[in-house]
Amino acid sequence: MSARAGVDRRQFLKTSAGLVIGFTVAPEMGLKALQAPAPKPLPDPNAFLRIGTDESVTVQLAHSEMGQGIWTTLPMLVAEELGCDWSKVRVEHAPAAPAYAHTVMGMQMTGGSTSTWSEFDRYRQAGAMAREMLIAAAAQEWGVEPSACRAENGFVLQGGKKLSFGHLAAAAQKARPPARVELKDPKDWKLLGKPTKRLDSPEKVTGRAQFGMDVRLPGMLTAVVARCPVFGGRVRSLRAEKAKAVAGVKAVVEVPSGVAVVAEHFWAAKRGRDALEIDWDPGAGAGLDTDRLREQFRAMAATPGAKASSAGDVEAGMKSAAKTLEAEYEVPYLAHATMEPMNCTVRLTPGGCEIWTGTQFQTMDQKNAAEITGLKPEQITIHTMFLGGGFGRRATPGSDFVSEAVHVAKASGVGAPVKVVWTREDDMRGGYYRPMWLHRLRAALSDDGRPVAWRQTIVGQSILAGTPFEAMMVKDGVDQTSVEGASDSPYVRGTPNHLVDLHSPRTVIPVLWWRSVGHTHTAFVMESFVDELAHAAAQDPLEYRRRLLKDHPRHLGTLNLAAEKAGWGEPLPDGRFRGLAVHESFESFVAQVAEVSIEAGRVRVHRVVCAVDCGVCANPAGVEAQAQSGVAFGLTAALYGELALKAGRVQQSNFHDYPLLRLRDMPRVEVHIVASKAKSGGVGEVAVPPIAPAVANAVFAATGKRLRRLPLRLA
Amino acid sequence: MKLKVNNIEHDVAAPEDMPLLWVLRDLLGLTGTKYGCGMAQCGACTVHVDGRPVRSCVLPAAAVRGRAVTTIEGLSAGGLHAVQRAWIEADVVQCGYCQPGQIMAAAGLLAARPQPSDADIDAALSANLCRCGTYQRIRAAVHRAAELGGKP
Repeated sequence: MSARAGVDRRQFLKTSAGLVIGFTVAPEMGLKALQAPAPKPLPDPNAFLRIGTDESVTVQLAHSEMGQGIWTTLPMLVAEELGCDWSKVRVEHAPAAPAYAHTVMGMQMTGGSTSTWSEFDRYRQAGAMAREMLIAAAAQEWGVEPSACRAENGFVLQGGKKLSFGHLAAAAQKARPPARVELKDPKDWKLLGKPTKRLDSPEKVTGRAQFGMDVRLPGMLTAVVARCPVFGGRVRSLRAEKAKAVAGVKAVVEVPSGVAVVAEHFWAAKRGRDALEIDWDPGAGAGLDTDRLREQFRAMAATPGAKASSAGDVEAGMKSAAKTLEAEYEVPYLAHATMEPMNCTVRLTPGGCEIWTGTQFQTMDQKNAAEITGLKPEQITIHTMFLGGGFGRRATPGSDFVSEAVHVAKASGVGAPVKVVWTREDDMRGGYYRPMWLHRLRAALSDDGRPVAWRQTIVGQSILAGTPFEAMMVKDGVDQTSVEGASDSPYVRGTPNHLVDLHSPRTVIPVLWWRSVGHTHTAFVMESFVDELAHAAAQDPLEYRRRLLKDHPRHLGTLNLAAEKAGWGEPLPDGRFRGLAVHESFESFVAQVAEVSIEAGRVRVHRVVCAVDCGVCANPAGVEAQAQSGVAFGLTAALYGELALKAGRVQQSNFHDYPLLRLRDMPRVEVHIVASKAKSGGVGEVAVPPIAPAVANAVFAATGKRLRRLPLRLA
Repeated sequence: MKLKVNNIEHDVAAPEDMPLLWVLRDLLGLTGTKYGCGMAQCGACTVHVDGRPVRSCVLPAAAVRGRAVTTIEGLSAGGLHAVQRAWIEADVVQCGYCQPGQIMAAAGLLAARPQPSDADIDAALSANLCRCGTYQRIRAAVHRAAELGGKP
């Protein structure tokens, strides 16, 4: 049971025969890569797949599997072109190396709902190139023209003859990679576009799947870290005698993030950590209180911010209008609360640093670990393990949980590998939250009910400020991830006089992307407020949206599909009410109709009809799963999620005070996918944004109460 | 102390208060059972003791001396348990971290109620959290496992 994933992979690369031609690891790091993407015309097929003499086809995954299903979808791209036997496909997380840099972002990472569309060409090309090399090998063996051969189901065929991929692998290794390949016409696809079950199920249902938390290495120690209960605080003084007296505790070391207790196993480390006597200097963060912060945001929202989108003359438009509306919307800080708490295992050797963890940000982790150890990035080996949920939390620009583990390994000086484990409480209180947001809106309607003026001020922390991404993605004081889904909303852009602006106050609270990022708040605000406008205009919410979105065919397509399948306008059982929302995010379009009832003052969601237009759909089974998942994730935020600070201290700690949606509260989610030939958009995050407003709009239908704050509370 | 896990007797040097979860994971190397919350709030650590689902994260190992502990690794002696087969058929898993706990809870339910109703499933599995929201498929898979006979 010792770190099989990592050790075996390296041995395999060294010893396995077949189609592996001198793929070397020579990382080009972080920002340089980030700013100079320049993708090669064709990938190096050896970096992406390996054909074994045992007929196995092993696909190297440039992205991290965190539930979203790319362990299956990316291999489908390879297999479609390769013509292999699907049952022979194996999958591995790729090492951290430049060959695996994101085709658009230029660094190795998983996020932004980009994995499938960004790899659509590269993984198919790699499969097609390998196919041509296998065909060339077969043609040579038979003494025929390659053009007379084809590949199918793991064999190269010509006339009545056939040779298996495994047989051909060694010869194919010597073939020259083709300079160009032709990809199949989508009408000839055999695998892509067909619902395909996950390849990682067998190991995940048996407990064999190795998550970062499961890494075990010879001589490994476990550390638990005491971090200041106030963000930005420091150790003033430390007494470690009682901790050191706990049986199994090996060392107590200070690291920049706090004090680590290193022990033989988790339980000893945790008991040791609990026995530490630390006097913390909480610093400026001790005054933080989210209730007060919200009031500051509210005051800020009354003042002009950095302009994100504007047109016409908003004040003139307001004056000329038949009717005006004003509203304020608020959402709280949220934790990602991945089921697997943060953890990272590090082994330092004189010339290297090996890291085992579930990460979304391999390139940044390499760069950050290199800075801490004084090694070169290419001396940092990263073994990406299965992620027990990511949702953005495992993509911190400063690699918080990786950097800390490297510090602990370095400071402990024990020479043994060290696994740093966060308890649930550490994870909940350790920061990197979805920011708190406040929106102030005013709109003016013309006689026909259409908005003629729209004024919106958004207040909340920038997740990119102070990170290496700031230069790229913060323009003229506007962090695009703060306003996405609002400043570019068709409702706003379709209003002749509009102004959307932004305040980005700074606090010590660490914030981060959280599944669907800015859309987590903008969709709730836009789709709730448009519902308000529809009611103010005395129009049906569906009809009203149809009018405003008449020039947005993909919004309309999903809206109409969801409405039709949900039976919008048709009678419902007593006590049931419907609400609607449609939102574009990550180049995909999702509409949802939620059916709710109010039971004992609580919102209960029974059914959600979800229409998805994600362009060309690689794996409909995966899209359906992600739509269901997005609804569940979004419902947790809509109904429960709230993280509050008082005196700088996070008030929530575990699932009893930060509840997640449970099975008995899971609605039936019916997913309908729009057939489309448009470029593929994102999938993993796109079903999250519409659910909160769909439910809030249904609650309005049920009660006449407009709930403008998440989580939705009736009392 | 002596512990019987998956029909194998182990002699482990563990403090009396060490939860069974950490004995399994850190001392016996059985990492299929997961840590999620440490306070019986999420169910990721579910194992069977004498055939019944329990939360191993709050159960001192000393409390199961002389009793039969079954983990996900030992759920089915050979091949896959009906619940595991149903889970694969229904394409339940996403990140997969909570699933050993979900499967142990489902297997426990089916052992007690071979043909569970939706209400039975809600009652037995609502204490097992899944952040990926695979609940709809879990429900379907439990029914499917019942059809498959519910046993190893």
